[in-house]
Amino acid sequence: MISLMSFKQFFRDIRNQKMRTLMTTFGILWGTVAIILLMAFGDGIRQEQIKEMRGLGEDIAIIWGGMTSRPWQGLPRGRRVRFTEEDVAAMKSTIKSIVRISPEFTGWSVRLKTRDAVKQTRVSGVWPEFGEMRNIIPAPGGRFINALDMAEKRRVIFLGDRRARELFGTTDAVGKTVLVDNIPFTVIGVMQSKEQNSSYGGRDDRQGYIPTTTFKTIRSYRYPNNIIVQSPNPYSMEVIKDAINSYMSKKYAYDPEDTEALSIWDTTEGFRFIMNFFRAFTAFLIGIGCMTLITGGIGVTNIMNVVLEERTKEIGIKMALGAKKSVIMFQFMLETLILTAIGGALGLGLAALIIKVFPSSFEDFIGHPMINLEGAVFAVAVLGIVALVSGYFPARRAASLEPVKALKLF
Amino acid sequence: MINMSQITKVYNTGNVAFEALRGIDLDVADNEYIAIVGPSGSGKSTLMNLMGCLDTPSSGKYELEGHRVDALTANQLAEIRNTKVGFVFQAFNLLPYASAYENVELPLLFAGMRARERRMRVMELLNRVGLGDKIANKPTEMSGGEMQRTAIARALANRPKLILADEPTGNLDTKSGAEIIRIFDELWETGHTVIVITHDINIANHCKRVIKLKDGMIFNGIGARVN
Repeated sequence: MISLMSFKQFFRDIRNQKMRTLMTTFGILWGTVAIILLMAFGDGIRQEQIKEMRGLGEDIAIIWGGMTSRPWQGLPRGRRVRFTEEDVAAMKSTIKSIVRISPEFTGWSVRLKTRDAVKQTRVSGVWPEFGEMRNIIPAPGGRFINALDMAEKRRVIFLGDRRARELFGTTDAVGKTVLVDNIPFTVIGVMQSKEQNSSYGGRDDRQGYIPTTTFKTIRSYRYPNNIIVQSPNPYSMEVIKDAINSYMSKKYAYDPEDTEALSIWDTTEGFRFIMNFFRAFTAFLIGIGCMTLITGGIGVTNIMNVVLEERTKEIGIKMALGAKKSVIMFQFMLETLILTAIGGALGLGLAALIIKVFPSSFEDFIGHPMINLEGAVFAVAVLGIVALVSGYFPARRAASLEPVKALKLF
Repeated sequence: MINMSQITKVYNTGNVAFEALRGIDLDVADNEYIAIVGPSGSGKSTLMNLMGCLDTPSSGKYELEGHRVDALTANQLAEIRNTKVGFVFQAFNLLPYASAYENVELPLLFAGMRARERRMRVMELLNRVGLGDKIANKPTEMSGGEMQRTAIARALANRPKLILADEPTGNLDTKSGAEIIRIFDELWETGHTVIVITHDINIANHCKRVIKLKDGMIFNGIGARVN
C-alpha cells in the first residue's frame, strides 16, 4: 500500500516539480557524462599505445650476435660472436625463466612466385614458438608452423597478410602453392592483420615464415640472424639477458662485461617506460575523475539545498495531513534513487552517443574510446549517494519534527 | 470532544524558556462552535496546534474523543491528524505544484483509500465547497478564497468531527471571508465541532462560544461574549 501510494505520488511530484526533477537529474547526468568520457578517452589512449607496442610481441627481446670489444684470457678483441640453433636449444633447456625462444634465420631477398605475381621478400626460418611470441596470429582457416613441420622439414610457408594479398589477391591463400626460390611450398596460414609500430628489418605483414629445418634445406646458413626470447613478464627480462650472456661468454670465451659481444634490443625496457608513464597517466585521470566527481557531488548537494526549503515545507504539509514519517522518507529515497538511475542512464547514453559520433580519423592517435561500465556505475553510485546523503538528513530532520515546526522552519 | 487539563507548552529558545501556555483547562463538547480570541502571543495558535496534534504539550493531559493523545507516538499522532482532525491554516498550506484535486486527495492517499473511492470522495468534497469546475487548477491559478475552500475540502477529506481553523479569513477579503464562515456554519449545522482562531470581532460574536486567551492562560471562559 505504502509503495503503491509512493509511486503514484512520485510520478505526480516528478510531473509537477519539473525544475527540481530536471536539476537533480541533470546534475547526476552531467557528472556521469564527464566521468565516463574522461575514463573512456584515457583508456582508449592507453589501450592504443599498448596494442601498437605489442604488435611486435609481448615481453620479448631480440638478440643479435656481435663482436668482442675487449681482450679476454689471451684472446684478442674483434672476434665475431654468433650463436647456432643448438645454442638456442641449450638456452631453452637451461634458462628456466625463458617462456619461449626461437632462432630466426633470415633470407633477406627470397623470390616468391605465384601464377599472378612475383615478389622479392624477406623469409625467415623459425620455430613454432615464434608465432605466439611475436603476436603473429593466423587468420581463421590457417595455422602457424608446428612441430611436425619442423620434424619432417615440410615445405610449408606462413605469409604476412599484405604479402599474401599481393601474391594471391583476394582469394584465400591457405592450401595454395607458392614457389620459394623456385621450390613449391604450401601456404599453411596467413597472418591476421595487426597493428605494429616497431620492427627490425621489416613489418610482419610482408614477411614469409618457414620452419628452420626447411630453411636449412634451401639455404645453407649455419648461424641464425637473431634470437627472439620471451620473458614471463616485463620485469624478468634482465635475468634472462644475464643468463644468455653468461652462457654465451662461457661458450665463446669473451668477457661477460663486454657489452658489444651481443647486441640486444629489449622491448620490455620501452614497455616498462610506457607502463610507468601510463601509471602516472592513470593516477592523473583518477585525480581528475575524483575532482569531477566532487564537482558533480557539490552540484547535486547544491540542488538538494536549493530544494530544501520547498521540500521541508512540503514535508510539513504532508505530516500535518497525516503522512507518517516512514511514508515521507520512503518517498524521498525512491525519488532520489529513480532520479539517480534516470540521470545515470541518460548520462551513460549521452556519453555512448558522443563516443559513437567521435570521428574515427582521430583513432590512430588516441585510440578508440571505450566505456568503462564499472567506472560509470561507480560514478553514478557516488553521485546517487551524494544526492541521497545531502537530501536525506534534512528530509529526515523535517519529518522527525512536529509538523508545526516543519511548517515554520523557513 | 476535547478534554484538556493543565496543559502547558514551553519553548526553549536559546537559554530562555518561553511559556506559551501556562496551564490550560478546557472542555469542548461535541458540535460546539467556538472562537478563540486574544492578543498576539497569547498562545492561541499554540493551543490550536496542540488540539490538532500538530504539536505536543510539555505537560498536562489531553483527551480527544475520549482517548489520551498527549503521549502518543509520532505515527499514532499522524493517524489522528489524518482521520480525526481537519486543520485549516491562515496561509492555506496547499502544495504549490499540485492541483486542487491532488491537494484534496493527499489525506485520502495517506489513509490508504482505494483509487475509485478516492476519486468519488475528492469530487464530492470539491463540489461541496463550490470548486467542482476548478479541480485542475493549481494554487497559483486560484483566488485566496478558492485556495482556502480547497484547504477546507482537504481538511474534511477523511470525515473528521473536529475542524480547527487558525485565522482562516486572515488573508482574505471580506467577501471571501464571509464565504468561508458560511461553510463553517454549514459544517457546524451538520454536526461538526468547529473551533476558529480569529481577530475579527464579528466572527467571534458569530460563534456560539468564545474563549479568550491572554499570556498563555484562558482569561475568560465558558459562555462569555466579547464586545
